Amino acid sequence: MNQKRKIRILVAKPGLDGHDRGARIIARTYRDAGFEVVYSGLHQTPEEVVQAAIQEDVDMIGLSSLAGAHMYLFPRVVELLHEKGADDIVVCGGGIFPEEDIPKLKKAGIKELFTPGTPLDKVVKWVEENVKPRG
Amino acid sequence: MDIAEKIISGDIRSVARLIRDIDDNVPGSREVLKDLYPSTGKAYVVGITGSPGVGKSTLVDQMVTHLRADGKTVGVLAVDPTSPFSGGAILGDRVRMQRHSMDEGVFIRSMATRGYFGGITQSTRSAIDVLDAMGKDCIIVETVGVGQDEIDIVQSADTTIIVLVPGMGDDVQALKAGILEIGNIFVINKADREGADRTVNDIRLMIEMDEKRYKDGWKPPILTAQAVFDKGIIEILDEIDKHRKHLESSAKIQSMRKYEKVRNDLSEMIKDKIIRDVFDEIINSGEFETTLQSIIKGETDPYTACDTIVSKKLKKGAA
Amino acid sequence: MFTKESIEKIDVENKKWQQVYNKSVAKTPERLTRFSSVSDHPVQNLYTPLDIKDLDYSNDIGFPNQYPFTRGVQPSMYRGRLWTMRMFAGLGSAKDTNKRFHLLVNEGQTGLSTAFDMPTLMGYDTDSPKSVGECGRCGVAIDTLKDMEILFEGLPIDRITTSMTINPPAAVMWAMYIAMAEKRGIRREAIGGTIQNDMLKEFIAQKTFMCPPKPSMRLITDTVEFATKEVPRWNPISISGYHIREAGSTAVQELAFTLADGIAYVEAALERGLAVDSFAPRLSFFFNSHIDFFEEIAKYRAARRMWAKIMSERFKAKDQRSMWLRFHTQTAGCSLTAQQPYNNVIRTSLEALAAVLGGTQSLHTNSLDEVLALPTEEAATIALRTQQIIAEESGVANTIDPLGGSFYIERLTKDMEEEAFEYIKKIDDMGGMVAAIERNYPQLEIADAAYKYQKQIDSKEKTVVGVNKYVTEEEIPVEILQIEAELEEKQIQWTNQVKDTRDNKKVKNALEKLGESAQRDDNLMHPIIDAVKEYATEQEICDVFREVFGVYRDPGVY
Repeated sequence: MNQKRKIRILVAKPGLDGHDRGARIIARTYRDAGFEVVYSGLHQTPEEVVQAAIQEDVDMIGLSSLAGAHMYLFPRVVELLHEKGADDIVVCGGGIFPEEDIPKLKKAGIKELFTPGTPLDKVVKWVEENVKPRG
Repeated sequence: MDIAEKIISGDIRSVARLIRDIDDNVPGSREVLKDLYPSTGKAYVVGITGSPGVGKSTLVDQMVTHLRADGKTVGVLAVDPTSPFSGGAILGDRVRMQRHSMDEGVFIRSMATRGYFGGITQSTRSAIDVLDAMGKDCIIVETVGVGQDEIDIVQSADTTIIVLVPGMGDDVQALKAGILEIGNIFVINKADREGADRTVNDIRLMIEMDEKRYKDGWKPPILTAQAVFDKGIIEILDEIDKHRKHLESSAKIQSMRKYEKVRNDLSEMIKDKIIRDVFDEIINSGEFETTLQSIIKGETDPYTACDTIVSKKLKKGAA
Repeated sequence: MFTKESIEKIDVENKKWQQVYNKSVAKTPERLTRFSSVSDHPVQNLYTPLDIKDLDYSNDIGFPNQYPFTRGVQPSMYRGRLWTMRMFAGLGSAKDTNKRFHLLVNEGQTGLSTAFDMPTLMGYDTDSPKSVGECGRCGVAIDTLKDMEILFEGLPIDRITTSMTINPPAAVMWAMYIAMAEKRGIRREAIGGTIQNDMLKEFIAQKTFMCPPKPSMRLITDTVEFATKEVPRWNPISISGYHIREAGSTAVQELAFTLADGIAYVEAALERGLAVDSFAPRLSFFFNSHIDFFEEIAKYRAARRMWAKIMSERFKAKDQRSMWLRFHTQTAGCSLTAQQPYNNVIRTSLEALAAVLGGTQSLHTNSLDEVLALPTEEAATIALRTQQIIAEESGVANTIDPLGGSFYIERLTKDMEEEAFEYIKKIDDMGGMVAAIERNYPQLEIADAAYKYQKQIDSKEKTVVGVNKYVTEEEIPVEILQIEAELEEKQIQWTNQVKDTRDNKKVKNALEKLGESAQRDDNLMHPIIDAVKEYATEQEICDVFREVFGVYRDPGVY
């Protein structure tokens, strides 16, 4: 039998902010939706996040940030993926962002941004609709 | 360059993708594995297993640091269980090794058991071959020692390490059930905790009661460690080295091991292929469903039904 | 509290009333299938004397300022002096934050509270590669004593107290504050304030860490010893449940883990050879005020009673002040929503009211935009006004513990106490909080609770207005505070300038001495103060700790 390809996701916390409640809840949510989730742990540089994503061959990176450094960290991840020829890895973000940063981040290549209060099923549905496992 | 060549030259992206294809059972991956096979057999494979929470990943992390300091390249395969409810998994071992992620000499890959018969055993063995072919000197495979799959995985390693922590009396008892036989080295981690000496004694007693273990002349050492504080790691690596030398010390052991390994690998591969090609097809066929209904209605019994289905599939008599 | 006869009578009447109730809901069903608090603690339809019949007024509730302090620690509570309105502030450079501090003091705030940026909180300078993009984002950037001097310029630090929310490098920031005061001619005996300095809750919840738990405990104990001997008006630890709750714990978990942390700090200080009554009066606490009104009030009352019992029974304290649980409260950041942000003013008001009815000593009220970014001046002012309205218009501060004696509140207080003591027993059995953390026990309990709560919101079992009910499509714009983009570069240049003008030989000597002291068992506060006075940077000092004590990394519990 050809087993159905599984979606693999890296849940990552770039930067120094340690608030990982969201990242942990999202990791569990993805697991319960049937995805394979690799968790990076805290205090990662964008370089470490990208290296992990490539070694783990994930389809998507979910970045979490709650302390305001997203404008540097998120675009840097996209940039590094591009440098490594891994543009096919979808990047999305969750956390606290001022409304006006969202279009800027999307322009920088972050495919979607989830702010506090987003229902979990919406986050899962977005993955199902926007992330296709490679094949 | 084709994929196999890329992998042999150490291309990370190709390695990562092939392991994914193996995991997803993509037909083409088999062809690449065939091409890679001549380039395998150079790496030394260490298996590490133990219950959840005994500190395996931290131990692996520290071992990687020391191996790198010795100039050796390392591949790590960390296997975590798939949730039986959702089919998903959280692969969290990487967190404790993530500081090596920027080191080009280290390749870390998390794998989920995916919960079907023996599948992970086969995937992991193939992944070992891939990391071997890419030129890693040492490959460490970490599994949670709970099921037969995990035991099978570590069994294919050159040296197998069983990790325990003090005060897990019940666990030591459970070890008797099978995992004890496969350990070449025992490590009591978190040895600053109460009861470390007792755990060491319990294991020693168990090993000594089990004479047949010494048939190849290796008596498993029992070490203590505190992986978090990097204590006892060098000693573990020394014992791995000793075990390796022991394995290489006589032609008899070497040829016996080679035979065992090829035998194991091939029989596992056949089992896996039969499950994938034959079993899954039967289970997913309409006939399987109708047969189920017939048994429920009392029209037939499961013994007869089984023989009928299997013999039809194999086109010869079932045992 | 009730005679046997009256209880029997009430019992009969209650049974009758429950029948009436059941008939009524048979016709018009209850609006929920199950009533429970935000922490999922079940709630009955009615509380009566039957629910508190086993309580003894004198032993369990008592009077304010009397053991077990259920009703409050001070004799006159808010009739004497209102709580300290202490708004957490910090943004951009030291100069920017100094301006905000002046504004808040002019608006009637009675204490200062400093928020630092992530690099400062983690013990890195602005020029560290780990700090890129983070400077001044979630608080003020402090690299050297020079920044600390600017931060408090013109502020009456001999009259108002200062709280500094910082943990791994708390000793360093405190040393800078002491050095800054002394440069202004204010003796260390005269300054008052608090450093958060609570590493256990960092390992459990907020995950700002530097060194492993054991050396972290040593550094904290150094500060406790130093405060006891040399800075008597300072609270060297603010034992914090706030972040435990923000990480998704229940109210009982917040209560239990915080007090268990407190027990660990007391034990460490006793091991150091300090007498319990010499330091315990300076331990302070910091709790969250979440949205479940009564549960929060009961939590504060239970906390006071539990701590009094712990200090008197377990640690044999004699001084009543050692038994006082004095606490700061912040309204729950995690209860705020990005959707319909003006609703956050109302949430914060309710939470602030609960903290006041629970007898807090100081209070921070969140600004409506805090779920989006750092607060603007206007939003921070509304948050401060919220406290002023509660204090001076609502009348709730006119009598002490106004909800004391409420059947529901007293029952809930007792329930929470019992459940929290059960947790503490479990932690004791594991060998105390440090051992429990090493086993990831509190981390996992919190992760489970957080996930469960999120599921309840998703299934609409719990309502969050504007999020899963009464949702509106339109976005309500709020003004957002911007941090200037050049700040990072400017701060790096500024610190380089400080490095160029200091005596680098003296800095090197001071750091070497610190390293030697760290390897011995010396109290590290003196060598840290010596180093900051030579303008050693925060990271230069913290690198010494990392070198000697090792670095703690995320164990990755989910």
